[in-house]
Order: sequence, then C-alpha cells, then structure tokens
Amino acid sequence: MELNSKIPSGPIQDKWDSHKFNLKLINPANKRKYQVIVVGSGLAGASAAATLAELGYDVKCFCFQDSPRRAHSIAAQGGINAAKNYQNDGDSIYRLFYDTVKGGDFRSREANVYRLAQISVNIIDQAAAQGVPFAREYGGMLANRSFGGAQVSRTFYARGQTGQQLLLGAYSALSRMIAAGKVKMYPRTEMLDLVMVDGKARGIVTRDLTTGKIESHAGHAVVMATGGYSTVFYLSTNAMGCNVTANWRAHRKGAAFANPCYTQIHPTCIPVSGDHQSKLTLMSESLRNDGRIWVPKKKGDTRAAKDIPENERDYYLERLYPSFGNLAPRDLASRRAKDMCDLGQGVGATGLGVYLDFSDAMKRDGEATISEKYGNLFDMYERITGENPYRQPMRIFPAPHYTMGGLWVDYNLMSTIPGLHVLGEANFSDHGANRLGASALMQGLADGYFVIPYTIGDYLAREELKDVSPSDSEFIETEKQVRQKIDRLLSIDGTRTVDSFHRELGRIMWNHCGMARTDKGLKEALVKIPELRDEFWNNVRVLGEGSDLNQSLEKAGRVADFLEFAELMCHDALTRAESCGGHFREEHQTEDGEAKRNDEEYSHVSAWEFTGVGSTPKLHKENLEFENVKLATRSYK
Amino acid sequence: MNQAQSFPRSSIGKKFLMAITGLMLLGFVLGHMIGNLKAFQGAEKFDAYALFLKEVGKPVLGKGDFLWMARLGLLAAVGIHIFCAVSLTLQNRKARPVGYKKTAREASTYASRTMLWGGIILALYVIYHILHLTTGHAHHDFGSSVYGNMVAGFKQWPVSLAYVIAQIALGMHLFHGFWSAFRTLGANNPNRDKKLRAIAVFLAVAITAGYLSIPVSVMAGIIQ
Amino acid sequence: MKLTLHVWRQKSTSQKGAFETHVMDSVSPDMSFLEMLDELNQALITNGKEPVAFDHDCREGICGSCGVVINGRPHGPQRATTACQLHMRSYQDGQEIWVEPWRASAFPVVKDLMVDRTSFDRIIQSGGFISVRTGSAPDANEIPVPKVDADKAFDAAACIGCGACVAACPNASAMLFTAAKVSHMGLLPQGQPEREQRVLSMVSTMDEEGFGSCTNHKECQEACPKEISIDYISRMNRDYVCASKNKG
Ligand SMILES: Cc1cc2nc3c(=O)[nH]c(=O)nc-3n(C[C@H](O)[C@H](O)[C@H](O)COP(=O)(O)OP(=O)(O)OC[C@H]3O[C@@H](n4cnc5c(N)ncnc54)[C@H](O)[C@@H]3O)c2cc1C
Ligand code: HEM
Ligand code: HEM
Ligand code: SF4
Ligand code: F3S
Ligand code: FES
Repeated sequence: MELNSKIPSGPIQDKWDSHKFNLKLINPANKRKYQVIVVGSGLAGASAAATLAELGYDVKCFCFQDSPRRAHSIAAQGGINAAKNYQNDGDSIYRLFYDTVKGGDFRSREANVYRLAQISVNIIDQAAAQGVPFAREYGGMLANRSFGGAQVSRTFYARGQTGQQLLLGAYSALSRMIAAGKVKMYPRTEMLDLVMVDGKARGIVTRDLTTGKIESHAGHAVVMATGGYSTVFYLSTNAMGCNVTANWRAHRKGAAFANPCYTQIHPTCIPVSGDHQSKLTLMSESLRNDGRIWVPKKKGDTRAAKDIPENERDYYLERLYPSFGNLAPRDLASRRAKDMCDLGQGVGATGLGVYLDFSDAMKRDGEATISEKYGNLFDMYERITGENPYRQPMRIFPAPHYTMGGLWVDYNLMSTIPGLHVLGEANFSDHGANRLGASALMQGLADGYFVIPYTIGDYLAREELKDVSPSDSEFIETEKQVRQKIDRLLSIDGTRTVDSFHRELGRIMWNHCGMARTDKGLKEALVKIPELRDEFWNNVRVLGEGSDLNQSLEKAGRVADFLEFAELMCHDALTRAESCGGHFREEHQTEDGEAKRNDEEYSHVSAWEFTGVGSTPKLHKENLEFENVKLATRSYK
Repeated sequence: MNQAQSFPRSSIGKKFLMAITGLMLLGFVLGHMIGNLKAFQGAEKFDAYALFLKEVGKPVLGKGDFLWMARLGLLAAVGIHIFCAVSLTLQNRKARPVGYKKTAREASTYASRTMLWGGIILALYVIYHILHLTTGHAHHDFGSSVYGNMVAGFKQWPVSLAYVIAQIALGMHLFHGFWSAFRTLGANNPNRDKKLRAIAVFLAVAITAGYLSIPVSVMAGIIQ
Repeated sequence: MKLTLHVWRQKSTSQKGAFETHVMDSVSPDMSFLEMLDELNQALITNGKEPVAFDHDCREGICGSCGVVINGRPHGPQRATTACQLHMRSYQDGQEIWVEPWRASAFPVVKDLMVDRTSFDRIIQSGGFISVRTGSAPDANEIPVPKVDADKAFDAAACIGCGACVAACPNASAMLFTAAKVSHMGLLPQGQPEREQRVLSMVSTMDEEGFGSCTNHKECQEACPKEISIDYISRMNRDYVCASKNKG
C-alpha cells in the first residue's frame, strides 16, 4: 500500500489554486456520461451530490434515513467557522489555518488545512445565497460569535441550529437537482459493500431497508460521505443510526483507515441517568461562556448544591487554567471533569457529573438575560432531567462526540482505492488529533461544494474506465457475500439482543479506549473485543426476515462491523505511545497531568491496512511536515 | 393549464372562493337581520320595508328587478360556497381514510369542527325558510302580509324551534367562519388576530341574538 | 411505574393493522418515550416476538425522524417536544397509553409506527429552494437582510419536517409544513426572484400528494414541536393569491 498524499508543490497560499489549474477537465457534454455514486446525504454528501449534478454528472445518492434532510449533520448546534474577518478583529485565512493546525495538536496536514481556511469564506457566501438564515445584526449584516476558545469572532451561526439550517440549504440544492432529474435519490437504502473491478471502486451493493431488496449500483466513481463512528461507544451525542459500516466495508476492500483512535469527547453533555439510556445529549459549548464549573471539595459530598458553601467548592478549571478558565478547550475540560469524578468528587446519583452553575451569571446579568441567551437550552435540560437549571446548577459530563479518524485520503480526497473518494467526517483529513468547535461543518461543506467537484473530474479524465454493469461477476459475487452475511445473522437465533452487545462493546470502549487510555487497558480491550465478537456470532438473536423492513437486522449488521472496527481503534491507540488532542495516554503526561506529545516519533498519520478479521492490521505512516507552523506545545495555562 | 384555471382547482383557491362568498353571505345575513328587526316596529313598518325591498332601484329598474339581481347574486354565492365546501370536505376525507383510536383536540373549536354540519343545517333551513315565508308552500296560513305570515308562523312552536336551531347553527358558523375567512384571504396578521377574533364573537352573538329575538318575542307575545 | 401500552402493529403498507397490548412493569420516569419503546422491544425479542418498528435517529428533537400519536396527541402531551424528548415522567403509574402512527393517506404506513413521508420531500423538490449554482454566490454581506426579516424567516425555517402538523390536523392538511417552507424563503431577499413560482408549484404538489385543505383548526400549531405559527399559513395564502393574480 502506497500513501501518496499528492500535496501540490509551491507556497502554501498558492497550492490549491495552482492545483486546480493543473487538474484535468471534462468537456461539459461528456460529463453526463459519467455516473457518480454518492453515499450519504449529510452536509458533505448532499453538497457533493448537488454540485456534481449541477456540473452535469449523472448522480445517484443514498442515505439510510427516510429523507436526505435527516442526516446527522442536522444536529450540529454551535456554528461554522469562516475567515471572513467581518468583525475586523484581526482574523485572516492564515490565522484560521494556524489555529486549526494548533488546535489539532499538530497532527494534521498543513496543505489541507490551509485549503480549508481558504474555502471557508466561499461556504458562507454559498449558504447565505441559498437562504440559510444566519444570525444578523440590526444593520442586516451577518453576526459572528467567538466559539470554542477562539480569540477572534469568526463563527457564523443560526441560533442553536446551525447544522440544521446548513443541511436544509444543501438539501434544498439537492432537491432542486432531484427535481431536474440529475440526481436519483435512494432514501432508506443502506450501502452494505463496495464493489471493486480491476482494483478500482466501481459500485456499491445496497439493501432497500423497506423491502429488504439487495441491489447493485455501478458507476465510474464512488463518493462516500457517511459520517463518523462515535456510536462505537454506544452512548454518544451522535444519532442512533451513525455507523462505521460503509467505511469498514471499504477498509476491508483495501482503503487505509487513518488515525481511528482520535475521538473527541465533548465536555458539556447531560450525564447518564440509568441503564435504559440510549444516547447522550449535547448542551451547546456556548454555556461555558457564562456557567462556572465546579465540584464539592469533599469526596462523596451528598449535600444539595445550594447547601455547599463557597469555600467548600472547587472551581477546578479556573484553578488549573487561570487565563482560559471555564473556556479551556474541549479535550482538557473533558479530561479534568473525569479526573474530578475519579477522585470521588463527582455529583449526582451516579457520581459521574460536575456542576455547571449559572447563579453568579444570573446575579450579575439578571435571570432574564441568561434566559434570553440560553433559554432553549435550559428548557431542553429540564425536559430531559426534570431539574430546573435556574434553581439548581446543571450537571454535565463528557461524552463521545466526534471522530477525527476516518478513511485515509490524499489531497484530492481519494482513498487508497482508486475511484473511492471520502468526504466529511468519514475521512481523516483536516482536524488532526483534535477538532476545534465549528470546524466540522466547515470541512464537510468545503469537501462537498468546493473540493470534490474539481478533483473528481481529474480522476475521471485520467482513468480509462471500462463499462461495468451490475450483472458483472464482481457485482454478483459481492451481492452474494452480502446476502450470506444477512442469512448468517438471521440464522444464529441465540439469546441476546443486538442492543445488549452494542452496549457491552460501548462499555469496553469507554473504559479502555475512551477519555484516557493505558497500555494495560488497551491490551485488555484487545482480549475482550474478540471474545464479545465470538459471542455475538454465536448468540445474537435477530428475529424476522431479510426480505422485510427489519430494524434489528439493520442494527445487527452495524454492530457486527463495530465489533471488528473496535479492535482497530485499540490497536491504533496502543501503537500511538504519546498523548495528543483527543488521544490521551496516561503514561504520557506531564507532572501536572497535561498531554505529552512526542513529535520525534509520532508526527505522522497512522494509516492501517486490513489483514483479516482478528489479525493484527498493518501500519503505514504518512509523515507530517510542518513548514509554515512551528511545532509547539499546546498550552492553555 | 394556466394559473387562472388552476386557481379554483387548488385547495387554497377553493378556500379563497369560500371565504369571499361566505363574507358576501354574511353581508346579506347581517342586512336581513337588521331589516327583520323592524318587526318590533309593528306590521305597517315591516310590510312597508318588504315592499321597499321590491321597489329599490326604481325608476331605473322595474319592480322586483333589483331583488332578482340580488337573488341571483346570492344564489351564485351560495352555489359556489356549497360546491367548494363539498369538494374540500371530500378532499379532507380522502386525506385521512383511517382515523385515530384516540383523539385529543386542543386548539380547534366545536364550531370549527362542525362547519360542514352547520352549513348543511343552514342550507336545509334556507330551503324551508323560503318555502315558508317567501312562497308559502310550507306555511299553514299564508297570506299577503309578510308580517302576518311571520307572526302566524312563529306562533307554532315547532316552526320557532326550527328557526332557533338554524340561528344557533348560523352563529357557530360565523363564529369560526368570520375569523377563518380573514386567515384564508391572507388578511390576518399577528396584530389583527385578536381584534378579528373579537369581531367574530361580536358578530356571531349579535346576529344570532338579533334573529332569535323575533321568534322568541312572538312566542312570548311581545310581537303580535 | 407500571403502564399498559396499546401499540399499533401493521406488517406492511398493504396489510391490515391492529392494536397489540403490552403491560410494562418497571418504567423509569427518567426514560424518554422512545427508550420506553426500546425496552419494550428488548422484552419482545427476548420472548421471540418481532420488535415494534418506529422511526428515530437523532433523539434530540431535531432530525424530525420520530413521531407517534400518543393518546391522540402527536408527539405526546408536552408542548414543543418531540417524542424522542418526551420523558416518561409526563405519565402516571397505572396509566393506559395508546400509540398510533401518523394517519394520512399521503403518509402511508410502512410498518407498525413508521410512515412514509417522502411526500414532504416531493413538495420541497417542486420549489423549496433558491436556485443558486455552487460557486456563483456574491459575498454574503452584499445581500443585507434586516434582522426582523431574518428572525421571521428563521422561525419558519426551524421546521424539522416531522409531519406532526399533518397528523394533528383533522383534515390531514400539510399547510403548516408547506407554509413554513414557502415563508422561510419568501421572507428573504434571496428568495424573491422565484417567490411566485415557488408558492404555486409547492401548493400544487401539496394538493397532488393527497393532503387535505386548511379549515384553520389550529391543531397543527399546537402539535408542532417547533411551535411554527399558523400565521405562516395566512401568509402563504396571501402569497398564493397574489402569485395567481400576477401569473393568471
Ligand atoms: C450534537 C452535535 C453537535 C455538533 N455541533 C457542531 C458544530 O456546532 N459545529 C461543527 O462544525 N460541527 C458540529 N458537530 C459535528 C458535525 O455535525 C458533523 O461532524 C458533521 O455534520 C458530519 O457531516 P457528514 O456529512 O460528514 O456526515 P453525516 O451528516 O453524519 O451524514 C452521514 C450520511 O451518510 C449516510 N450513511 C451513513 N452510513 C450509510 C450507509 N451505510 N449507507 C447509506 N448511507 C449511509 C447517512 O444516511 C447520512 O446521510 C456536531 C456534532 C454533534 C453530534
Ligand atoms: C348554505 C350552506 C352552507 C354550507 C354547506 C357551508 C359550509 C361551509 C363549510 C364546510 C365551511 C368550512 C370550509 C373549510 O374551511 O374547509 C364554511 C366556511 C364558511 N362559511 Fe359556510 N356554509 C354554508 C352557508 C354559509 C352562510 C349562509 C354563510 C354566511 C352567513 C357562510 C359563511 C361562511 C364563512 C365566512 C366561512 C369561512 C370561510 C373560510 O374559512 O375561509 N356559510 N362554510
Ligand atoms: C328570525 C329570523 C328570520 C326572519 C324573521 C326572516 C324573515 C324573512 C322573510 C319575512 C322573508 C320573506 C321576504 C319576502 O318574501 O318579502 C325572508 C326571506 C329570506 N330569508 Fe329570512 N328571515 C329570518 C332568518 C333568515 C336567515 C338566518 C337566513 C339565511 C341564512 C335567511 C335567508 C332568507 C332568504 C335567502 C330569503 C329569500 C329572499 C328572497 O329571495 O326574496 N333568513 N326572510
Ligand atoms: S411544521 Fe412543525 S409539525 Fe409540521 S413538519 Fe414542521 S416541525 Fe413538524
Ligand atoms: S390544523 Fe389543519 S385545518 Fe389548518 S390550521 Fe392547521 S392545517
Ligand atoms: S429522533 Fe430526531 S427528532 Fe426525534
């Protein structure tokens, strides 16, 4: 396996422009002869499908939800970054680039990040023209806020529903192309495998989730924008359907999986309330602008928050990071919360929670001001917990939220399989070891609107692609494998439900490959996961038929893939013997508990090659060069 | 099909026509009610008023011409109103062939849910009413005095009861219909909503009470 | 707490459905309604019975996937709350609960509590967009939008396409959804060039899809988890009439 990142030469500012010029073009009349398969209709998939169709390609788009508009991107709350410098506060493309590289703890590719910062400005223009109702100032100009500890205000937002509004924009563009007959949309259709012909990605095998029909789709190129895999932890802020299946199937067919262990744990989520819990709810990070985080100084203090006097409270973030205080970056805020709970100072019935207290802010600004700013979040909190955050502090706890890892892609967003392009959260590209707030939306849309439309043409123009059809042997063979797997799942008829396996896997991953990882813990996980996998294949109970709408079967297929993928995550975490961003190895920390990076040995992307289920995957390294940003310790003290 | 043809076929178009015709009918009902209140001024004034209606428009128009024009206008309005009502009701039924086991109504009113039945009662009533007081076919003792016919009619309690039921149906129809029509026409906005609601209540109550006062007064012997 | 659950079961669109009764002994008040259904499903599977199919994804009240009628109320009794965010503390021990799918011919039942809402997508496809080619947009601040308009557009744009309005409307009308979409774009300067065509096309598709008409019952607004106001329906009516006049 060869990792050629295809980073263009030349000064960083000019790389993308000159690259675009060097890319081969396809004559407009010929574009319609090319079929492009887009899997996923989130920000990345919908924007790509719409734009490719506008250019004239013949596009098929797939999603497992009943409508493309329901992709998980819809849930993003906070906002989207762009280096517009509308606030005249010193922002620039270079600063966004710099912040993102630093925020990613120097584990991302400079060239990609620079391009992302450049494109960020076009995204806002595009979205505004589509009618995305961004927040405005009274003069009618766009409003910005500062987000995730950034020192400039570059985040564009649409109340607490930025992802929803951006997705509806992309979805409306996609809808326009569907109406024009340029995109054929396949909702409630899940990709279950990738079809390779002559070593190139030439199609997919899908299951119609309503009728159970297994079908093949052939095309000249495949674009996967299937999102992240935080649900490997079972409990996460992600939607219930998020999965690793498409990525994993492609990985098994030869696509390298990069940095799978980089996962982001978001500090402000509503804590778990019991065993019945199916997901964790994110409370916008913006709450940390006014809320103060604390725990009782005394271990196991069961007094109500209001009965704990000021001098018996530990405002630990303010204590540890005097200059950033409660606004410390996500990874730090999460880890410190876990530390406090590990010390026995956690709050709530489970002891897994810390207080986020607005009483000072309410005293200072009045309850009305706080309610105006966060009223909907407070309501949501009350709806879920039954507690009133105006009267008692919120309880929060970190939860898995975003996965920086994904399929390895080159500068053109092509994986190690020719013809397979990967966009959005599904690829590994731009965030390094930690993602800054408001930059996932930016990356998904950059990939879909402004990168793939250029780079895919180059691939199609350069390659001699013979005609293929679903009746070819490669398709028939892949379909057969898909059917076999389904039949196998249905025939086990064991005693445990799919959910119970998923839950158990999630617990293993959270305990051993979660917020803090150790050599010992990871090795333990590497024993437990295969055991659980074995049990799954012998004892899972999936009722019903394959030729019918069968939600247990859908879940079973996804959990089966997680059970293979989880092992890869642990291998990756074990091999990376350093702490960086979302990956924290307890053995590698400074005396005061901060992450210790090891640039000498680990300044690379770990791209893994599949070698068989249960067999140790093969590691390939893409070295990261930092020519424009100086490697430095990320300090927020 | 151009938009002029599509408009009356669309659900919004039909509702628009219903609202316009409904408001025309409201105009008639209001005027008719005020005219009818002359019953309190005695037979002479009332009959004079009935005659006046037949002679409006003289000398330009012949006797009864204006009345016929008004009748045709009303007939057209009622026709369109009923046609749209039936067509939309069928559309609505088709849109929900299977109902719920449990229903919990929260914002709709009894009046809004019974618009069709209110309308049907009104239609039947108008037919009966015309046969009763205009043509006399449904009157036991029809004479030339409009006033006399009315009083004689209302002296019989089943007749009065039929009128009372119809007036209540009318009031409910208007209570929802007036407010609803402004929404249908797009003439409502958040600032006007409360006022329109209040006017609807006022009109519904006033018109119902105005009409009811007559049979009730006859029964009570106030009008003789 | 203990609850008696009557759940609608229907194998497929073409087959007939019926209620099935289950008693749940230990429902925690901290569960969401969907988690309660999860629990029911775990028990069903363990007893060798097929689990109840229902749509859901984000479980945060934003994707619009979930939606069931609970004791006659779409998304249940709590205001401005989707079924996934409704918690069992809204119910009392011993209560009887009827769970049904959205009922409308434009939303055929797919299975059990799951319905097919692609008719909404087709309404959008007929005009719910602003035609702008990727890459051709002017600088975002070249189109100033008065804050009031932007806010009003946002209120409409907040629709999550769940279909509760249709489920709640005695006429199974999709006016609230369509009006929200039409108004979102019609209120913005960017949406003006296509404003008339948009409303005409979307209303005509809405009718073709087999939704009912609007009698201004207001139930939709009451059921809408995003509290979209029926004032947008009024606004769409006006837009439709004006557009018809201008294009007549
Ligand atoms: C609660 C929350 C808040 C967030 N807030 C922010 C924020 O404020 N700012 C920010 O920048 N980022 C935020 N993020 C992150 C961001 O939302 C996501 O990273 C981003 O939206 C991912 O977009 P995507 O297009 O890559 O994937 P998704 O939106 O996840 O789309 C995946 C698509 O793939 C389809 N799919 C998946 N698997 C298959 C399959 N096997 N077959 C067929 N189709 C498949 C799905 O149907 C879906 O259409 C947040 C995330 C969460 C969870
Ligand atoms: C004669 C038989 C009548 C029938 C069958 C009838 C039926 C209906 C129905 C079913 C509606 C509701 C339509 C809908 O919103 O879907 C309605 C609305 C209305 N009706 Fe009638 N009606 C009748 C007579 C009248 C009369 C006599 C008046 C006036 C006094 C009237 C005034 C209205 C008004 C103002 C509306 C509201 C229109 C709207 O909501 O936009 N109707 N009618
Ligand atoms: C107490 C209530 C009412 C009284 C006393 C009353 C009285 C009359 C009288 C006396 C006439 C005959 C006039 C004539 O022939 O010269 C008449 C005609 C008529 N009334 Fe009424 N009316 C009442 C209520 C209503 C209502 C509620 C409606 C409608 C909903 C209505 C609709 C009509 C119509 C359509 C005619 C026929 C007009 C014509 O064609 O000449 N009336 N009414
Ligand atoms: S208008 Fe409200 S109820 Fe209707 S689809 Fe939109 S969010 Fe759901
Ligand atoms: S409930 Fe139905 S009748 Fe109109 S106001 Fe809402 S669509
Ligand atoms: S599951 Fe997404 S809104 Fe309920």
